[in-house]
Amino acid sequence: MTDTPRLELIGITKAYPGVVANNNVSLKVMPGEIHALLGENGAGKSTLVKFIYGVQKADSGILKWEGAVTDIPNPNVARKLGVGMVFQHFSLFDAMTVEENIALGISPELAKSGLTQRIIDISTQYGLPLEPDRYVHTLSVGERQRIEVVRCLLQDPRLLIMDEPTSVLTPQEVEVLFQTLRQLAADGVSILYISHKLQEIKDLCHTATIMRMGKVVADCNPAEETPRSMAEMMMGGNLTPPERTANAALGAPQLIVKGLSVIASDSHGTDLKEIDFEVRTGEILGIAGIAGNGQQELMDVLSGEVLVDDPKSITIDGNSVGGSGPNRRRSVGMAFVPEERLGHGAVPQMSLWENAFLSGATRMNLLSNGFMRIRESEDYASTIVEEFRVKTPGIANVAASLSGGNLQKFIIGREILQKPGIIIALQPTWGVDAGSAAAIRQSLIDLAANGAAVLVISQDLEELFEIADRLSVICEGRLSPGRKTEDVNVDEIGLLMGGVANDPITEAAAHAD
Amino acid sequence: MIDFVVLALLTIITASTPLVFAAIGEIVVEKAGVLNLGVEGMMIVGAIGAFAVAVTTGDPTLAILAGAASGLVLAFIFGFLTLYLLSNQVATGLALTLFGIGFSALLGNGFVGQTYGGLPHLDIPILSDLPFVGQLIFGQDVLVYLSVFSALGVTWFLGRTRWGLAVRAVGENHDAAHSIGFSVTLIRMGAVLFGGAMAGLGGAYLSLAHTPLWVENMTAGRGWIALALVVFASWKPWRAFFGAYLFGGITIVQLHAQGFGVDVPSQILSMLPYLATIVVLVLISRDGSRARLNAPACLGRSFHASG
Amino acid sequence: MLIRLEPRAEASRAMVYQSPLIAVVLTLIAGMIMFRILGTDPLQAVHAFFIEPISTVQGLAELLIKATPLILIGVGLALGFQANIWNIGAEGQLTLGAIFGGIVALAFFDVESIFLLPAMLIAGIVGGMLWAAVPAFLKTRYNTNEILTSLMLVYVSFLLLSYLITGPLRDPDGFNFPESRLFHDSALLPIILEGTRLHLGFLVALLFAVLAWLMIVKHIIGFQIKVIGMAPAAASFAGFKEKKLVWLTLLISGGAAGLAGAIEVSGPIGQVIPVVSPGYGFTAIIVAFLGRLHPIGVVLAGILMALTYLGGDSAQITMNLPNAVTGVFQGMLLFFLLASDVLIRYRIKLGAPRVREVTQRQEGVT
Repeated sequence: MTDTPRLELIGITKAYPGVVANNNVSLKVMPGEIHALLGENGAGKSTLVKFIYGVQKADSGILKWEGAVTDIPNPNVARKLGVGMVFQHFSLFDAMTVEENIALGISPELAKSGLTQRIIDISTQYGLPLEPDRYVHTLSVGERQRIEVVRCLLQDPRLLIMDEPTSVLTPQEVEVLFQTLRQLAADGVSILYISHKLQEIKDLCHTATIMRMGKVVADCNPAEETPRSMAEMMMGGNLTPPERTANAALGAPQLIVKGLSVIASDSHGTDLKEIDFEVRTGEILGIAGIAGNGQQELMDVLSGEVLVDDPKSITIDGNSVGGSGPNRRRSVGMAFVPEERLGHGAVPQMSLWENAFLSGATRMNLLSNGFMRIRESEDYASTIVEEFRVKTPGIANVAASLSGGNLQKFIIGREILQKPGIIIALQPTWGVDAGSAAAIRQSLIDLAANGAAVLVISQDLEELFEIADRLSVICEGRLSPGRKTEDVNVDEIGLLMGGVANDPITEAAAHAD
Repeated sequence: MIDFVVLALLTIITASTPLVFAAIGEIVVEKAGVLNLGVEGMMIVGAIGAFAVAVTTGDPTLAILAGAASGLVLAFIFGFLTLYLLSNQVATGLALTLFGIGFSALLGNGFVGQTYGGLPHLDIPILSDLPFVGQLIFGQDVLVYLSVFSALGVTWFLGRTRWGLAVRAVGENHDAAHSIGFSVTLIRMGAVLFGGAMAGLGGAYLSLAHTPLWVENMTAGRGWIALALVVFASWKPWRAFFGAYLFGGITIVQLHAQGFGVDVPSQILSMLPYLATIVVLVLISRDGSRARLNAPACLGRSFHASG
Repeated sequence: MLIRLEPRAEASRAMVYQSPLIAVVLTLIAGMIMFRILGTDPLQAVHAFFIEPISTVQGLAELLIKATPLILIGVGLALGFQANIWNIGAEGQLTLGAIFGGIVALAFFDVESIFLLPAMLIAGIVGGMLWAAVPAFLKTRYNTNEILTSLMLVYVSFLLLSYLITGPLRDPDGFNFPESRLFHDSALLPIILEGTRLHLGFLVALLFAVLAWLMIVKHIIGFQIKVIGMAPAAASFAGFKEKKLVWLTLLISGGAAGLAGAIEVSGPIGQVIPVVSPGYGFTAIIVAFLGRLHPIGVVLAGILMALTYLGGDSAQITMNLPNAVTGVFQGMLLFFLLASDVLIRYRIKLGAPRVREVTQRQEGVT
């Protein structure tokens, strides 16, 4: 190993209107080093790597590539230098084949003849099987990530940037990926690994740069740290895990889902198959699973945005509601929090009081003879802002002006204040800062303790283990039977998420046949 | 009888060619993720541009180029507004059509009543004199051949070239295309300009060959029919080509029905192409999921690279 | 690039109202350049176009007469556009309104009754609604794009009118001219300003704008329209029914256009003729945008656009300019408006991005 860093950043600064995404950031990545870039959502990690890859410009600062000051105006230049990047939100085109996708993302000279063979060669060499002729929309999330990795490897990268690569993988797939990365590092490739998952970083990375609110707050050797100590550096304070009162007495089932099968309306979607579960008052049921295994479809039919043929397949508090829309379901006590905050849970260009009215009209009595009760809607919005500590200049401000965490607190608060019998939340803390995430989890726990039923569908296993009383796993549209959280471990859930092992109960049933 | 069939087929070719140009051009535009509803406006400006140059200079080549250039200039306005100033594509397309109709009327003010001899036809000894196929295949004007070639060329470009792949990529997922290093705005601008030139050629064919004179509003909704054809063709050039000929076929029914002694008022017959467009749109959109599968995923969405 | 766009943290509300003014000024400047190219004195032409037509009471009355259909249709279209429902076939719905209203007037051409006029107007509304129901049905039932279907029906309506006026509706004593009989007095709208042609229809249009405004700001339907236009998924989250809103907005805008058609034949025209509108249905699209899709804004925009029609006529008479100038003015105005609207969400920054300068300076240091 030489002493010249492969990549060195000095004083990178980038400001957006209203927020400084990177503030005087400096870091060094050595050849063959796996270097973690650690930070919460919104700490500025993605902005920084987009700058390295030439997708975004910085306002000031210097980038040195192998010791020489270099300007990377666009990704083509980055690739020529030997920088490869695997994006968090894949840069793939669904309606094209694997090979076409790869051809687009590499230099034209490489994309000429013999590409198919080279794809196969690289993918076997690193244990990343791919079929070049398949269309991307037919592939699983893990396979899609492989396309991105292979695309990078085809160009002999000297620096590989991976932006949150494991958020869509099962624990077992993560292990395979790590082997590939270690092999690459051993061959002298530098890897810049972005994540907020502490255990992973401890397992994989040689060094770590920790960012908070756009600034570098620490450099450390992950092997010498504990996940807890790194978390505290990342968040700049002591970690307070949510408080749980002793399990409240379980009451009657609030939500019963029986034999629910749905053909996805979108041809790229997942069909739901024979889903059975119930949520009782006083408990939190968590549904784990990798993205794209039917979570969105399940949410759509539970919320009533998509209706099912058999009204009896969904029962809320004794009412069959499978054939009724969201408002009827709200009137019998349901509340729900969609995954997408802007544009689904809230209208970005509308004020907070209008957004309070959006879902609150029915249960909060905000309508009279078809006219909006504006004063009452404003009061309701003010109450939400106050009780859930939403940071905003006022309720006349539009939803889009709030930070992700604050808007999510507003949305959760809006639903909780309607005193629902059952609340269903999809990815409630996705992309939310740690402080808000903790507050949101706490309010869900409190809601259950006060006698409501809570259903949380999430890809974040840590979150589910933290708050759920029972866990189920959704995989390819099938739901595993719920089990007490204390009776299962991460590995078992991981296997269910990958669809590798069947649940012991169904397995036994299959043998009995 | 043979004579009649040849005549009918010739009429179909004449009626279809403007639609072929406009629809093939719009396919490229929409494949790049841009919805330009201003085809009618670009066509009509192409028509007057070509006609004005034709009667002033008498040079058919210059006239054709002028038609394409007129459409291109209008497309540039659209591209600048929607791609650089991020205006709403639907509204801007409507504006383009309204402006194009007004602007062409203004330009054409001095050309009303003038006539042009029509485009020269290919004349190959022996071949063009062959019975039946002679005139049909070897006796057309240059724009008809160009329209066939454009269907071929665009098919090849979109399916087989790297830039064609890039056009599809920006239409499919502009964020991804941007992050792997393509200039979304430039590629889209190129597609929009191509679409404009093609619509201009379609208009030029109308005023140079179809009815070689200038009448206000002479496109009579053909630009809109071309837009419908793009949907009908599921964004595939060859299907658009055949779709255009299908519509040409309907025109022939309209022209010849009275010749066969069918007693229907001419206005009712003239409604046929418009009604057929509606029927075709219903048939194709009835199966919603298929339409969505074929449509470029970013169609009509603005893109702004932040940073 | 020397000019850059920088996103604003929040959309500028002031710009929403300033942008139409900017657009009007830019259109005037571009218009003067155009007049110069056409070989006339720009100032004189602008005077003939924009000042002369409204320098008399009659002129002002004519302005409001022309504004009436634009306001009626523009308000209706604005509701739909807010919900992202693009009815661009208002010209056809207007034509149907004129046909339906005209048929009622001609069927009772010798009847004197105070019920005749209301019956005509209602028939006009029904005609417009029927014509708009076609795209509504096809969109909700077969998911067919309403832009293309509503537009195709414009051409069909023109042909239908042409057929009727050369056939069943032609004046039997009219020497085969393609025109109907003149309407009876009780089929004509009452004049509201002595000595001019200004008729009751203008007040009807104002009333419609006020009702629409109430609906948009206070009523749940208006709220639903806005939500579905801004964030369709949020509308579905709130349980709003998209199909219902498609029907509603298309029927309202179609009905309003049909009413405008009936008002045209029973007001300024007084009979059915082969061309009942100089493109009001299309111009109203510009009116809706210029009025910020806001009913009260549409009233002002409608009056302004009416001026371009009067101006076109006036410039043709006094300066011998082609009438088509009107269309060019309207198109340019919409272009400039759409261009200025970028300022609502973005700021314009001059100069290259700062990064280069800073990097170079620091390079000098190292």
